[in-house]
Amino acid sequence: MTSSNPAEIGTGMYDVEAVRADFPILSRTMHDKPLAFLDSAASAQKPRQVIDAVSDVYEREYANVHRGLYQISEAVTARYEGTRDIIRDFIGAAHSHEIIFTRNATESINLIAYSFGRNFLKEGDEVVITELEHHANIVPWQMLRDEKGIVLKVAPITDDGELIMSAFEDLLGPKTKLVAVAQMSNVLGTILPIEDIIHRAHAVGAKVLIDGCQAVTHFPVDVQALGCDFYVFSGHKLYGPSGIGVLYGREELLNAMPPFMGGGDMISSVTFEKSTWAKLPHKFEAGTPAIAQAIGLGAAIEYVNGLGLDAIGAHEQDLLNYATQQLSSVDGLRIIGTAPNKASVISFMLDYAHPHDIATIIDRAGVAVRAGHHCAQPLMQRMDVPATTRASLGLYNNRADIDALVRALGEVQEFFG
Amino acid sequence: MSDDLRELYQEVILDHGKNPRNFHESDGATNEARGNNPLCGDQLVIYLKLDADGNVEDASFLGKGCAICMASASMMTDLLKGRSGEEAKHMFDAFHHMCTGEGDDVELEEDVEKLKVLSGVREFPTRVKCATLPWHTMVAALSGENEISTE
Repeated sequence: MTSSNPAEIGTGMYDVEAVRADFPILSRTMHDKPLAFLDSAASAQKPRQVIDAVSDVYEREYANVHRGLYQISEAVTARYEGTRDIIRDFIGAAHSHEIIFTRNATESINLIAYSFGRNFLKEGDEVVITELEHHANIVPWQMLRDEKGIVLKVAPITDDGELIMSAFEDLLGPKTKLVAVAQMSNVLGTILPIEDIIHRAHAVGAKVLIDGCQAVTHFPVDVQALGCDFYVFSGHKLYGPSGIGVLYGREELLNAMPPFMGGGDMISSVTFEKSTWAKLPHKFEAGTPAIAQAIGLGAAIEYVNGLGLDAIGAHEQDLLNYATQQLSSVDGLRIIGTAPNKASVISFMLDYAHPHDIATIIDRAGVAVRAGHHCAQPLMQRMDVPATTRASLGLYNNRADIDALVRALGEVQEFFG
Repeated sequence: MSDDLRELYQEVILDHGKNPRNFHESDGATNEARGNNPLCGDQLVIYLKLDADGNVEDASFLGKGCAICMASASMMTDLLKGRSGEEAKHMFDAFHHMCTGEGDDVELEEDVEKLKVLSGVREFPTRVKCATLPWHTMVAALSGENEISTE
């Protein structure tokens, strides 16, 4: 490994400027303005340690994994498989073979819908989701509904963006076979009470899938303590490369589930009459995987661990409070998503400008935000907005980024106010 | 404030965006179509009232969208009235070419030259669809289709 240690955080103080120095892209400009990158909930930037880990693979020891009988193939296989141990420890799984590599969380959820859903759910069985889900945790279940005749039930949220627990509980019953919920909303920032959700779902015998895409970047997760059956997230939101994602499943469930895709790497033996499957985790990993990307994700997790998720979370919470306060002073601005328990995401509306116009104008001021429906159209309808502008925070954001956003919104007001 | 932003958001556009003309359902529309831009969530409905020969007697729209989309729909519905279906499609070709540089090299006719205020979108590739969505929807309505999507 050529990666150096993550920025020193000092004694209890989170040194965000040192952290920023680890991210080469943050020193560039956009439209000749310093880049204020406030779109990490869509995809996060990469620290030098991740970039170096990926290029190191290609420069020094790239070969296919699990096949080559030569030194560099063995070395890269060890690094690739070693990443599973890093992820196991990061989310508190019992075994490394419970960590399945996918392309992203979307593929992880589709894998569950395809393999678990098609084989263990039958007509009339119920899957419960919530109103604040990303399309990735809606559409696969609709496809399964159309194919198998399962029933999809949607738990409502309040105007503030909180799950209504009593209504959620009312949806649970003997037919509930799976509860699939986001741990944190990508639009509203709401953190869901998943301990409670898991407890209640298990009480009726349902399995639980947690979409941890937004959550794993902000606070520590322990899948065994939570007791969830499946946990999924993407590497690219966790400061790792795109093209690599994770599915955690309890061993017993993964063993019972048939493969998702057939091909190389996932078999034990193949004849034209019959093939037998490899053991976990390779049963679910057909074909040559995203080798360098997986190793890059390992480097990203080590980077995050080096800073400490508690320290990162505290920094982001402080910045979220600052941003909420500063944005609240902008004329005509309304924040969408005001749950007391939220993290790192601020969606908002200006009553005189459309999100798309806002994004275009502030882009010219060097501020990168997302405008649109954020792959959550049902949630947009629930909140009665066509789209929002979303500023989302990562571990490298600082007050100057927020100040740039607020200043740029002043220019929007010049045009439209 | 950068010049291309001022070029994009000219006074005329801001005015049409804030106070869109023909922003209502149509009495006796013969053709209507719904347009969606899934990227940003813009949605609008174009209403056309065609006479027996296919000439546009009246045009209006409803919907939610950004300033560019609203201004484009507002100006388009203003200019459509009294034109033949053929002329409307010619206008579409010229407008589309102006915004994207694609398609046949058709110039805007003199009497619709005011649409040139929307040409600023050429400098903003992600915003071209905002300007063209009402036009694609209008062509769909003329052809008797009910729904289009820009993606």
